Amino acid sequence: MADRTATVRTRRGPLTYVFRLIVAGYLVMLVAWPVALVAKNTFADGLTDLRTILTDPDTVHALKLSVTIAVTAVVINTVFGVGISLLLVRYRFPGKRLLSALLDLPISVSPIVVGLALVLVYGGRTGWFGPALESAGLQVIFAVPGMVLATVFVALPLVIREVVPVLEEVGEEQEQAAHSLGAGAFQTFRRITLPAIKWGVVYGVVLSLARSLGEFGAVKVVSGNVLGQTRTATLVVEEKYLNFDKGGAYATAFLLAMVAVACIVVVSVIRPREPR
Amino acid sequence: MTSAVLAPDRPALARRSDRGGGRPLTRGAALGLGMAMLWFSLLVLIPLAAVVVTAADGGWSHFWDSVTSPQTAAAIRLTVGTAILVTLVNIVMGTLIAWVLVRDRFFGQRALEVLIDIPFALPTIVAGLVLLSLYGPASPIGVDIANTRIAVFLAFLFVTLPFVVRTVQPVLAELDREAEEAAASLGASRFTIFRRIILPSLTPAIAAGAALSFARGVSEYGSLVLLSGNLPMRTEVTSVRILGSIENDNLEGAAAVAVVLLVISFAVIVILDVIQRRMVRRG
Repeated sequence: MADRTATVRTRRGPLTYVFRLIVAGYLVMLVAWPVALVAKNTFADGLTDLRTILTDPDTVHALKLSVTIAVTAVVINTVFGVGISLLLVRYRFPGKRLLSALLDLPISVSPIVVGLALVLVYGGRTGWFGPALESAGLQVIFAVPGMVLATVFVALPLVIREVVPVLEEVGEEQEQAAHSLGAGAFQTFRRITLPAIKWGVVYGVVLSLARSLGEFGAVKVVSGNVLGQTRTATLVVEEKYLNFDKGGAYATAFLLAMVAVACIVVVSVIRPREPR
Repeated sequence: MTSAVLAPDRPALARRSDRGGGRPLTRGAALGLGMAMLWFSLLVLIPLAAVVVTAADGGWSHFWDSVTSPQTAAAIRLTVGTAILVTLVNIVMGTLIAWVLVRDRFFGQRALEVLIDIPFALPTIVAGLVLLSLYGPASPIGVDIANTRIAVFLAFLFVTLPFVVRTVQPVLAELDREAEEAAASLGASRFTIFRRIILPSLTPAIAAGAALSFARGVSEYGSLVLLSGNLPMRTEVTSVRILGSIENDNLEGAAAVAVVLLVISFAVIVILDVIQRRMVRRG
């Protein structure tokens, strides 16, 4: 909002300051102070807690597993998200509105329900497809594929939400020009469309990454939470806290929080000010 | 900078183009759509259908018994009641925060912008731990609300913070100031201007944010695990109840309660769609 500075209210009543104070106080009490305390608790014993979790093979395994699952989920969601955004914006087909509404559904479904839904379909014993997949040698639930599915599910709309508005704003004149000059569909996408929507895709990816790394409930249901195998970083936080290893819980939470905050800061810094 | 990390109003744009816009599917695009639909069905639609089918398998009376058993009913009441309360707070505070971010200008504003997005990006289990460190047994300010219903309220408040702010903010920023100036020059008080001119244009955005924040609250799980103690009949929310049924291998019972949450999610999606189409029609 570059023009906002130009239209700043010139007369400032006492109410302006009251509002400012209320908002700042509310955000400090609800977000800033609690988050800062986690950092403080992490470093209460200097670097010992961080060093302990980073040398514990099970925690390191959990951190690596979280990163692997998150990256896989982000790649899947980026390909699917960009593809479906192109289809939604550039083409017309029956059921488009329904699809576009359904794509928002994962945001409002409880992670536990997501986990349950996947278990009911892909569960090894009683799932709809699970037994068949298992006899074909693919275990989904209580294994990494199920955890990837759960993570992809919860982060599904994020790339689409970022890319669709950019695609609409860019318009398709350039694509049509490229097409009329003889460029193929793939060439047009790579040379014209992709550079134009680049930043939308980047924001979507960063947000999906934050969301995917942090997924807890859905992964908890489908993972079985086996130490050293299917336990992710967020599950480690719970397990350590409940086992009275508060230092370890705070240290792991701190690492996760750092990634989340970094993602938010990256998005807010690289998002260009709106041109209007 | 409106770092609208969450821009729940965005799909409205998508829907604007679905009336006239777009060309018919080419063969390649049709193939892509088919593959995307297959993936979306395998990932989202079939599993959610499985929840409904499993709940229906036991018959209506079984469904009704699962949903109205005292413990489950208490969990649903607590979840929905707290979500409504939190949504009301968010309507007021979210609008106020959006107002301060758009209309005011002061040092540290960008920091506040970042603070608003943190609850969205922070893992929910970490959110619970974060709140516990200020409002738990080791609270430096002596407020210990862990394992009480206030903890549920606080957790919902934290995770739903961005929704109303991020839906109202862009609308408020684009609002035409001339009408306000005209009203002011005709002698309207600031409160009158807000109530008669600003508020009506913000209402759809506030409603959309409120719907999202309600849906998020109702489906919350992770932030409560460490914070609320999950005491049956007292601080146990619906998601925890469903997980309990799953862990007891009572998938039918879990599915029955899950259907209640799914109905709420669907209702919110429908409400959002209606609001957004109305916003688009207004232009």
